[in-house]
Amino acid sequence: MKPVRQITSRSVCLPTKDIDTDQIIPARFLTTTSREGLGKSAFHDLRYDESGKPRREFALNRPEAQACRILVAGRNFGCGSSREHAPWALLDYGLDAVISTEIADIFRNNSLKNGLVPVVVDDATHSWLLDNPGAELTVDVEEAELRLPNGKAVAFPIDGFARHCLIEGIDQLGFLQKQLGKIEEFEERRTWKP
Amino acid sequence: MNNRTLFEKVWSDHIIVDESPDAPAVLYIDLHIIHEVTTPQAFTVLREHGLPVRRPDLTLPTMDHSTPTTPVNSFKDLAVVGESAANQIRQMEKNCEDFGLDLIGFGNEHRGIVHVIGPELGASQPGKTIVCGDSHSSTHGAFGALAFGIGTTEVGHVLATQCLLQRKPRTLAVNIDGRLPEAVSAKDLVLAVIGKIGVNGGTGHVIEYRGAAIRALDMESRMTICNMSIEAGARAGMIAPDDTTFEYMHGRPRAPQGVEWDAAVQRWQELHSDAEAVFDSSVSLDATSLEPMVTFGTNPGMVVGISEPVPTGGDASFRKALDYMQVEPGKPMTGNAVDVVFVGSCTNGRLSDIEEAARVLEGRKVADGVRMLVVPGSQQVKVEAEAKGLDRIITGAGAEWREAGCSMCIGMNGDIVPPGRLSVSTSNRNFEGRQGIGARTVLASPATAAASAVRGYVTDPRTLS
Repeated sequence: MKPVRQITSRSVCLPTKDIDTDQIIPARFLTTTSREGLGKSAFHDLRYDESGKPRREFALNRPEAQACRILVAGRNFGCGSSREHAPWALLDYGLDAVISTEIADIFRNNSLKNGLVPVVVDDATHSWLLDNPGAELTVDVEEAELRLPNGKAVAFPIDGFARHCLIEGIDQLGFLQKQLGKIEEFEERRTWKP
Repeated sequence: MNNRTLFEKVWSDHIIVDESPDAPAVLYIDLHIIHEVTTPQAFTVLREHGLPVRRPDLTLPTMDHSTPTTPVNSFKDLAVVGESAANQIRQMEKNCEDFGLDLIGFGNEHRGIVHVIGPELGASQPGKTIVCGDSHSSTHGAFGALAFGIGTTEVGHVLATQCLLQRKPRTLAVNIDGRLPEAVSAKDLVLAVIGKIGVNGGTGHVIEYRGAAIRALDMESRMTICNMSIEAGARAGMIAPDDTTFEYMHGRPRAPQGVEWDAAVQRWQELHSDAEAVFDSSVSLDATSLEPMVTFGTNPGMVVGISEPVPTGGDASFRKALDYMQVEPGKPMTGNAVDVVFVGSCTNGRLSDIEEAARVLEGRKVADGVRMLVVPGSQQVKVEAEAKGLDRIITGAGAEWREAGCSMCIGMNGDIVPPGRLSVSTSNRNFEGRQGIGARTVLASPATAAASAVRGYVTDPRTLS
C-alpha cells in the first residue's frame, strides 16, 4: 500500500443516505479475478443510463467534479456487502477519501486496508459540506483532521494503528506474520481444537 | 467472572494478543469459509509472497455466487453464466488445487451457499470464530458462534495466518418476548427488528438475540434471524446454543462424535450471557403482535406490516426510494402487481423455507405472467426437498426448480429480474439494481412470496383460504 498522509482536493457530493456497495460497484462486475480496472464500473448504474450514456444529472459526471478526490456522501455510506471491490473501484476511479456522518463497518475496514480514507464528521460539518460542493478540503491523516476552506479544522476519529499503517504504507499481513510464534503457541495450549 | 456476555466469552477465548491503543487484537479464526468471488485476489497475494494456506483443515471452500443454477456436468455447462464468471469458477478450482484445499465443487453432494453448507455439515459450531468473505456470515451466529463477514485483504490474512486484526465491537441485546403468531415467520421477525433499529442501528455492534420468542425458534429460523444482522449494520448476530442447537448438530459429518460430542456439549452449555452481563445497549420487541412484513423501499429498513400503509413524508432519500420502487405512500403494499418471485438465498433457502413455499403452492398455480424461481440453498436441501416431493409441487404449480446457488439474490449468474420489473424475493437486500439493473425488489417471507406468486400481486399469505 502507498503511504497516505494528506489529501487536498475539491469535494464532490452524493447526499443520498445509505449508498450501499451494490450502488458503488454492482455485483455483475465482481466476476473479475483482479483488483485492477474497477474504476470504470464505479457507481455504474448511477453514472450511466441503459444505453451506456453518462447521466448528466449524476454529480460525478459534471465537469466541475472531474479530478475531485474527496467524496462527501449521505449517512451510512458503504452499507451492505463485504465486497472489497467497492474501495478498489473508488480508488481506481480516483477518489482517495470519503466523508460522511456514518460509514458502514466492513466498508470502512476494507477502505483502510487499501488507502481510501474514511472520514466521519458531525452533522453540522456534514451539512456545511453538502451545501458547499466543490469546496477545497484537506484530509490530513497525520493530524487526524479535516480542514475546511475557512481554515477551520475538524478532528475525525481514526484508529491509531490504522492511521499508522496509512501514513507509513504498512501492509498488515506483515504485522500478522510477525505474530506466528504466538499463534502456534495458542494452537498448542488451547483446551479444545476446532 | 459471572458477568460476561456470550460474545465476550467467545471473543476472549480466541484472543492471542489483546488490543491496545497502538494495535488491534489478534483474533484466532476456527473456520474460514471461502467462495469464488471474494478470494481470487487473496490467492494472488499468497502467490506473490510465496505463502501457503496455513490451515487447509480449517478452510472450507465451495462455489455458490456466480455458479449456474442449471446442472453443470462439464465446462461447457458454465457458458450460461458468461465468460468472466466461468473464468472465475475455473480459477477457484485451480486455486484450491494449487493450495491443497478440498473444494466442495460441482458434482459434490454438499455444494451449496457458504452459509447453508457450514451448518449443514456440522462445521458451524457453538463457540467458534467463523469468517467468510461475505457479509451474511453472521448466519453462523445462530449456533452461538462469533461469525462475521470480511473483505478480500482479510481473507488473505486468514489464509496466511489463521488470524485477523480486530478491534473489539460493542454489544447490543435484542430481546424478543412473546411468541410469533401462526403464519408469521423468522423472516418477518427480523425485518421488523431492522425496521425498528434501522439499517445503521447495529453499526459497530454484535447483536445477541434473546428472549422467549427466540428460544422457541428452530435452527433454520434462527439462521434466518442472524443472517440479516448485517442488514441492521451489525458485525455479527448471535444466539446462545441450547438443546435445539445440539439436536440439530448431532450426527452431522463435521460435528464432534462419541465422547468428543459429550465433552463439546458440556463446553457449549456454558455459552450464554451471564445473568449479570451488561450490554452496551439493548432494544425490545414483542413478537405476539407481529404480522407478515414486506419492504417498500430500497433498503431492508424500509419495511411495513403487510396490512399497514407505506409511510408518507420522509426526506429526499426516502422519496427517491419510493420513486424507484414506483410505490405510492399512504397505501399498503398488497395489490402491487408482481412479475417475478424468488424463493431461495442464504436467508431463506433451507428445507423449511422450501416447505413453507410449497405448502402455499400445493394445489395452486403461479399466476399468468409471473415467473417464479425456487432455488435450494444447497444440493443437500435439493435432495431432501425432492425426497419429500416438494419439487413436484413446485414445478406442478408452474414454478422453476433449480440447482443450488445464490442465484437471483445477487444476480451474478444470469438469474436476474428484468429492468423495471417487480420481484417479491425471500433474499436479504432490496437495494437498487441488486437483482438486476432497474429491478424493484420487495423482501418477504417464503409464504408471502409464494402467495404473491399465486395471486400475481403482493399478497398477505393469511388471506389465501
